[in-house]
This record gives sequence, structure tokens and C-alpha cells, in this order.
Amino acid sequence: MGSAITPGISACPACDAAPAAKALAEKDGGLEDAKLALSLPTIHCAGCISAVERRLAEVPGVREARVNLTLKRATVEAEPEVTAAQLIEALEDTGYEAHELDAATLSATQTDRAGRELLMRLAVAGFASMNVMLLSVSVWAGAADATRDLFHWISAAIALPTIAFSGQPFFRSAWSALKARRLNMDVPIVLAIVLAVVTSLWETMLSGKHAYFDAALALTFFLLAGRYLDHRTRAIARSAAEELAALEVPRALVVADGETREVPAAELRIGDVILVRPGGRMPVDGEIIDGRSELDRSLLTGESLPVFAEEGQSVSAGEVNLTGPLQIRATAVGEDTSLHRMADLVAIAESGRSRYTSLADTAAKLYAPGVHILSALSFLGWLLYSGDMRTALNIAAAVLIITCPCALGLAVPAVTTAASGKLFRKGMLIKHATALERLAEVDTVVFDKTGTLTAGTPELTNLPEIASEDAALALALAQGSSHPLSRAIQEAAQAAGIAPAEIEGLREVPGFGTEAQLEGVTVQLGRAGWVGAEAGAGTSAWLKKGDAAPVAFRFSDRLRDGAEEAVQALKASGKQVILMSGDTTSAVAEMADRLGIEDYLAEALPGDKAARITDMRDAGRKVLMVGDGLNDTAALTAAHVSISPASALDAARVASDIVLLGADLSPIADAAETAASAVKRIKENFRIATVYNIVAVPLAVAGLATPLIAALAMSSSSITVSLNALRLKG
Amino acid sequence: MNILTYLIPISLLLGGAGLAFFIYTLRTNQYDDPEGDARRILSDEYDDKPKQD
Repeated sequence: MGSAITPGISACPACDAAPAAKALAEKDGGLEDAKLALSLPTIHCAGCISAVERRLAEVPGVREARVNLTLKRATVEAEPEVTAAQLIEALEDTGYEAHELDAATLSATQTDRAGRELLMRLAVAGFASMNVMLLSVSVWAGAADATRDLFHWISAAIALPTIAFSGQPFFRSAWSALKARRLNMDVPIVLAIVLAVVTSLWETMLSGKHAYFDAALALTFFLLAGRYLDHRTRAIARSAAEELAALEVPRALVVADGETREVPAAELRIGDVILVRPGGRMPVDGEIIDGRSELDRSLLTGESLPVFAEEGQSVSAGEVNLTGPLQIRATAVGEDTSLHRMADLVAIAESGRSRYTSLADTAAKLYAPGVHILSALSFLGWLLYSGDMRTALNIAAAVLIITCPCALGLAVPAVTTAASGKLFRKGMLIKHATALERLAEVDTVVFDKTGTLTAGTPELTNLPEIASEDAALALALAQGSSHPLSRAIQEAAQAAGIAPAEIEGLREVPGFGTEAQLEGVTVQLGRAGWVGAEAGAGTSAWLKKGDAAPVAFRFSDRLRDGAEEAVQALKASGKQVILMSGDTTSAVAEMADRLGIEDYLAEALPGDKAARITDMRDAGRKVLMVGDGLNDTAALTAAHVSISPASALDAARVASDIVLLGADLSPIADAAETAASAVKRIKENFRIATVYNIVAVPLAVAGLATPLIAALAMSSSSITVSLNALRLKG
Repeated sequence: MNILTYLIPISLLLGGAGLAFFIYTLRTNQYDDPEGDARRILSDEYDDKPKQD
């Protein structure tokens, strides 16, 4: 994605998703790679850096370890046999949390070439404009005749190559806009720079008094600074988004000739037999050929209840295996899996987003023709009035330079950089360039339930109603399984200080539950159908002791931290909050009641959600969609602006404009506030820039503008808008 | 005004040297971890190897 610097809206969220697969595909034998990357979310000081580096270097086979504190990442070069798991274990001994990052995903865009190129152009422009300014000051201070000409010639010698090098991003963007018969902000910029250089060169040849080399260079410098800020904001977001993608290392266990091998998921072929351990995610679409288990499909469908799975049943990539090991035969791999078909939606997301015209583009549309007409009119006017081509051209150039959108070019990036930085510190990642502007307009907020408002982990709700010996027995049985419901029972019982009962022969029956012997009687904890109970509406597990009637353990989904605060704050700021879920009506109604949401939609298919949002959009509402699953992807792309949590599926994260990095939902309300204040600042900055123009343009048209006045107007307006951006609250 | 024949080349040369140095730092990845580099200076361990790439 690096080569072309495309300003404006084309931030390419699609690229965030694609590099994983692409990089893996390009790379043969990814496992031989001895370069490992680790994410270290908890490091924060000099002590951490040396402790981590020292510990990593002690691991046998490690050649070099280097921590990057800015990215909170460590890169390790090691012998091929060293695995990330070894390194993670070593670090966890010393008390540092570490996660493996997929090196292939990261290296796809690791060196930010576009950013470096911009910085280089910025440095060259800065150097040149300082030198030329030095010479110009002497001219303004009174250098005359041969000295002035000499200074002008030296300025020209510096300015011409610099502009040719540093101005390229503007030339390229203006050219592509003109080719598409459009006007963007870069067209007047390029015209001003080129005209300034040409007239100045002409003036210098004729030993004229005024040359605008310093203005042309200062213009390039300020505009490049704005462009670099803009790029940096998005580069930070992109690298964090990449890190999220890299956290899911795409590897799979392939069973062949009685042996299990670990291979990159990109190398899986149709017909491969893949072993998916409990807790693992399906890497491909396939059919179960061996094993019984339960599947968590909430990311795909929004159902909060696990689904029973056995031989012969088909599974989709993205489903999570809960209890027993499963062997599946791949029926669709890579791009053909149902999960990947969602990548098509990214294209839809892109086209949907382009409906929105950013404030900068709106300003450019008003502004570009305005300055062109003004400058052409002053050229014609002076040509008719004085009959002198040289004077007329000089004045036209002065008008273009004075009106040139230095401040406009900085007005938006300075504010979005400040706002994105603020939100990033609160744990929000602004992926899309115009996301903040769109977020500021939102009047309706739609939440998904499972995985978004809820943490995706169940919570035991009826422990007080259960007899203590039953609870003790259930705790003992639950210890035999790592099923989410078993873990919820363990947590609740341990918190209540219940000791497990003495049981014998504890074993897990994958897909059904656990069973054991208590004083010669068989006891079971598991699915309603398995113990012979009537399944109710909510999520529940049943305890059966011999022939006694089964006892129900009821669960509800735990609310995500900050969910209540976020909903309250959004309602308080006058936004309508709607809950949409693919889950059962009773579960959705209960959740809506708990959070005080009046409007909800249950048992919604992915298409229903998107259709409802499209309806609202057509009715003129600006919808913010917050969702995490595959079933939300269409809705996320249909909404005016969208947010997904970091735990969301890759496809959902790609489809959304903003990613919540933490588990807490409360920053959503803050973000809406920050966005509103950012848009206010942007508009203020436009107004400031306009005021400068209103003062300076008449001078230029009247032919009174000198290079000194141009330099003063340009610098002071750029500095004012940058300072105004820093006043951002939130 | 003969002094200009020395001063102008000298000022350009000094500026050019600054630019060349900046380009060198950019090429050698010295802006990859600004936060870490600011902290490393406080570390007792003498770090005499620059980052290899």
C-alpha cells in the first residue's frame, strides 16, 4: 500500500485486512522464519525494557532481542527451533504479559515507507525555505541592484530543485484529480506554487524587485507538515489495527499419516484433516469427521447459546470449539470460506463511505473555483488597465499565493491529529479519515448484543436459590470441564465460598457435559436433553443426581464493563439507542430492560439488521452501529459510522471505522463528545483562514501585496489554526 | 560585498550538512521508537549496539 501517497479519504481500510493473507501467500515456508514478534501490552519504563531484553536473551537459541516501547512490541531473532510459546513463558515468569504476533502480518507494512518519504520531503522543504528566507530577509531589508539579483538567483537555484522534489505529492494528487475532471484542494496549491516559481524566475531574469521563492517554499513546507500529520495519525491507527490482526496467528493443526503438524492456515487445502482443540477457532469451512463438542457461533450469528456438534455436521470458519477435540475435513479454504466472503463487504464499505464528502472536500469545492476565478479576474483586470503582461501575471500570482490554502491544509489534519491522539489514549482507534466528522453527526446508536454489550462470558444468576449440597456437587462436576458454563459455575461457587463435593470417576462427555459417581449414584451436569430435563428459554445447565428431578443452573450473559454508562451517557446526550441481536426474543428483551433501552429487535438475521439501518438512513437519520460479529458486518457497513470492539471478528473490525481497544465500552460516549468538539474546531479553523483571506486578498488584488506581506499572512494564519487545534477538549 | 562569496557558500554548506545528517538518522531507523530511546538513556546497561536491521 505504500508507494502512492493519496491524500483525503482513501485510507484503505481494506488493506488492513488483506496483508495477512497476502504476506503469507507471498512467503514460502513461513515456519522457518526465525524472526518472532511479541506484543507486550504492560511494559512502560526503562526497567521493563532491560528486564524483557535480558530475559529474552537468556532463552537458549535467541540471538537478539529488541524492545520497541513506542509500539509495545519486541522483535526476537532466534534459531529456527525457538517458538514463541517458549518466549512467552519465559516472560510470564518475570511478570510480563506477552502475546505472539504474526510476523508475516506485521512485516507486510512494517517499514512505513510512505511516512518516511513524506518526512524526507518535509525536511528538504524546511531546509530550503529557511535558507531562502535568510536571503529574502536581506532583500526585504534593502539589498538592491546586483546584490538583490544575486540573492534572487541563489534562491532560484535552491527553490527549483526543492519544489521539484518536495512538491511531488501535490503534483501527483492534482494531476489525478484533473485527469478525473475534478478539482481538489491540490489544484490551486499546485497552480500557486508553479505560477509563483515561474513569475519569480521571470522577474529575476529581468532584475525585478519582487520574487516569491520564499513563499513557494514556505507554502510547500506548511502543506507538507499538514500532510505528514494526517499520514501519521492514520499510520498509528493502521499499525494498531494490524497488531490486532497479527494477534490471531493463523495456524492450524493438520493430521496426516497419524501425525499432527502445525502449518500456516494459508497453506491448508481442501480435503485436509484438521484437528481443532477445545478453545480453538475453525480455520476453514468443513465437515466434522470425528469427535463431539459444542460450538460457540456467537461471532457469526449472534446466538449466545452454544450449539451441539457431532460427526457429519458442517462447520464454518470463525466458529469456536468449546468442549471436545474435533477433527474436521476442509471443504472450503482461504478466500472461499464463509468468513472470507465477507471481505467482499469491505468493497461495499468503501463505496458506502465515499458517499460522505469530508469537510475539507466541501471547503475545497467552494474554494478552488473561487480563487481561480479571482486570480483570473485580477489578471484580466490588470492586463486591461495597465496593458502590461508582466504586472498582470505578477498580481495574479500574488493573489494565488495569498489565498493559497496553507491554513486550510493544516486546519483539518491539526484537529484530527489532536482528537485521534486523545481518543487513542482512551483506547479508541480512529481508522477512517472522516470517521470523526461522521461520528459528530450521529443521532441514533444501534448496539449488537452478544459480544458487544455483553462480554461473551456467561454468569450464574440463580446460585442463591440452589441448595448448598447441589451447588457443591455442581462445583465438583464443573471442575472437570473448561466449558464457559462450567467456568461460570466454578467462579460463582468459589466466590460464594462453596467447597466442592467428594466425587469419583469424573469425566467429560464432549458435547453433553460432565458425569461422575457420588456414593455409588451417577451424577451429571450438562445439557437439558442429556439429563432428561425440559429446556427453558434462557441459557441453563442441569444437575441430575440419580433419579431425582434435575436442578437448573441459569445463566445470563455478563454485561461488558461500561455498557450501562455508555448507554446512559448516549441517551443523556439526546441520542436514540436501539438494540439489535440475532439472539432469542426473551434474551434480547431482558438485556434491553436491564439497560433501559426501549427499542429493540430480536432474532434478526444479518440482512434484517442492515435493512433496518438502511431504512433509518433513508429517513435521514445518522446511525452509529456498534457490533462485533460476522452477522453485524453488513450493518456496520450500512451505518453512517461504525465501532467494533477489539475482540470482534477480523471482518467486523475491517468494516468499522473505529475500533475499541479495551474491554470497556464507556469511551463510546466520550468519543461522540470529542468528535463534536473536533468538528467545531475544524469549522472555526476554516473561519480563521477565511478572515485572513478577507484581509489579505484586497491587498493582493490591488497590487499592494509584497512577498513580505505574503510571508506574514501565510505564517501567522498557519500558526493560528495549529494553536486553535490544540484547544480541543474531550 | 566580497564577504558574500564566503558567507553564502558557508551557510549553504552548514545547512546542507544538517540536512544530510537528518537524512542519515532517518535512513537508520532512528525514529522508530522515540519513546523507548528516551527511556533507554536512563538504563544502567550500556547499550553500545545501535539497532540492526
